Amino acid sequence: MNINTQIAKTYIITNKKLTGVAVAGVVLGMSIYIFMNSMLLGFDKASSKSIFKTTPHIRVYMDDEISKPLVSSNGKQMLLVNPKIVPAKNTIINPGLVISTIQKMEEVEIVTSQVNANIFYNSGKSQITGLCSGINPEDADRMYAISSTIVEGSLGALKGNPNGILIGSGVSEKMSLRENDYVNITSSKGVNKAFKIVGIFKTNNSVIDKTKSYVNVLASQQLLKEGNVYVTDINVNIKNPDDAEKIAMQISASTGYKAEGWRQANESLMAAQRMRKIIITFVSTTILLVAGFGIYNILNMTITQKINDIAILKAMGFKGNDVVRIFVTQAVTVGVMGVIGGMIMATVIITLLQHVYVGGDIGYFPITYEVTKYIQGVVVGMVITFFAGYIPAKKAANIDPVEIFRK
Amino acid sequence: MKILESKAISKYFTDPVEFQVLKDISFDVEKGEFTTLVGKSGSGKSTLLYVLSTMDTDYKGQLIIDGQLTGSMTKDELAGLRNEKIGFVFQFHYLLSDFTCLQNVMLPALKLGKLSKDEIQERAYQKLAMLGLSDQALKLSSKLSGGQQQRVAIARALINDPLIIMGDEPTGNLDSKNTRIVFDIFQELSKNYGQTIIAVTHDDDFASKSDRIIELKDGEVIRS
Ligand SMILES: Nc1ncnc2c1ncn2[C@@H]1O[C@H](COP(=O)(O)OP(=O)(O)O)[C@@H](O)[C@H]1O
Ligand SMILES: [Mg+2]
Repeated sequence: MNINTQIAKTYIITNKKLTGVAVAGVVLGMSIYIFMNSMLLGFDKASSKSIFKTTPHIRVYMDDEISKPLVSSNGKQMLLVNPKIVPAKNTIINPGLVISTIQKMEEVEIVTSQVNANIFYNSGKSQITGLCSGINPEDADRMYAISSTIVEGSLGALKGNPNGILIGSGVSEKMSLRENDYVNITSSKGVNKAFKIVGIFKTNNSVIDKTKSYVNVLASQQLLKEGNVYVTDINVNIKNPDDAEKIAMQISASTGYKAEGWRQANESLMAAQRMRKIIITFVSTTILLVAGFGIYNILNMTITQKINDIAILKAMGFKGNDVVRIFVTQAVTVGVMGVIGGMIMATVIITLLQHVYVGGDIGYFPITYEVTKYIQGVVVGMVITFFAGYIPAKKAANIDPVEIFRK
Repeated sequence: MKILESKAISKYFTDPVEFQVLKDISFDVEKGEFTTLVGKSGSGKSTLLYVLSTMDTDYKGQLIIDGQLTGSMTKDELAGLRNEKIGFVFQFHYLLSDFTCLQNVMLPALKLGKLSKDEIQERAYQKLAMLGLSDQALKLSSKLSGGQQQRVAIARALINDPLIIMGDEPTGNLDSKNTRIVFDIFQELSKNYGQTIIAVTHDDDFASKSDRIIELKDGEVIRS
């Protein structure tokens, strides 16, 4: 073993208390950093998961148009006072072509059309407002995993059954409707139609459970008094939801319709997420820095205590770099022990939290072992301990032994 | 052969007021010479010894050790020179308290890295035995008495067979018996092994038995 390493080892062993406190500091800072950042990612994943239960990655639709002057004339500025939305239909013309265009894109996984209708559920005298989504059951299931939320009946029964309907558990409770019962639906266009309940779903999101229902596209087109080419929305899921905004722009460019990524569609949720991220990043980084300062102080203290030893070593012929190596070795050893301890502790905390039930549509506490956060924590922890040792060691290496001996 | 040359060395302290501690000190020391440095307290002996040991580089004049002009060397080069060619015994023992006596003695040799660890340990035991400390070898150095610590420091100064051994009152804490032992060791090293000794002492008997006495008064050499 190198003589400098040997000296460092002796210092670590003979100053167990200081070493212990320094290691504990790194363990604490590291584990909280890893744990909080893993929690952040877990929250984000859970919230996007719950968003994707009802929202596609990208929604393609016909945007409202504001009326413009009909004639464009050069030189003259045409002015339209109080322009209004053009009362055109919000429908996608030739949806088949649009769908096949989108399907050709490489990152796209599922493309399906959807027709939403605002409706009333009637049963006897009670009436509830709600939203009826006309879907293609197979595609929609792949997109929203509807079948995993079914508590009664099945999604399969909706297939090829233009009179079938899937209702939310909230709707079923309020109107005491069960599978195989009939529910009367009135649309905003005044169409009245009786549907047979083929299934009941429960997403644990009470707003959705109390309002939503699924029917076949054809049925909702009827509710809107439209023909079978009437499509208001085309929903698209892609391989990596993080690319949604980018791909939405491509879709917009190639189809001419408005395409909106899920982040845009959920601005307020995204804002909350961003705020959460800022807070957690701030808190975890602060804790790591505070731990870093603690280690710096402890190592600084060790070096102050050993200033006499440093002077003797230099008198005996140890060079400035030897002194730096001795104390950096000490710091890095503390760092390695702390980092390993921190990873173990973070793993323990995360494992414990994973078993905590929080309820709602989240279930168990949404946290996973985020390898990237472990790596980040290790790198940051090691860099901090290195410099916490290096800076005071460099200072100590420059002192003149005679100055110490004269005291 | 001249092993150490001091040419017009002067040194000033500026704190609290400027004053000259060393005034134009010039003398040569021959290889194998056993030299003692005497003078009243405050005459500048320790200050001069720090300069001669290359630890203090803040002076005017020239210091040549083993034919090398030290003024032009970097701090690291000086550290290397000290490690190999100079053994130093401080006025106040100065051992590393977290290490055993044996480890303290071994340190300069481990740093030099010329011998294997086993050989170094063997040599360190020899030096400790020579100074009557065999039974203390594995004790922590802080557990020893002042006199014992001083002898460990002497053993440490000898470990690399340095060309020059410098001591600032190396027998200051020793009883007459141990003082004799140290004197005999120094004498043998200079006579039989050609090692040069420069020792500050207040002990007139010790000085009078040495080869040569250099006396300082108010920072000036008045006898050499
Ligand atoms: N760091 C210092 N700053 C200012 N004066 C000092 C310092 N160290 C020593 N002196 C002064 O220099 C003179 C010589 O001191 P020193 O070399 O220790 O004498 P000696 O070892 O012969 O007793 C004394 O007057 C002492 O007070
Ligand atoms: Mg003195």
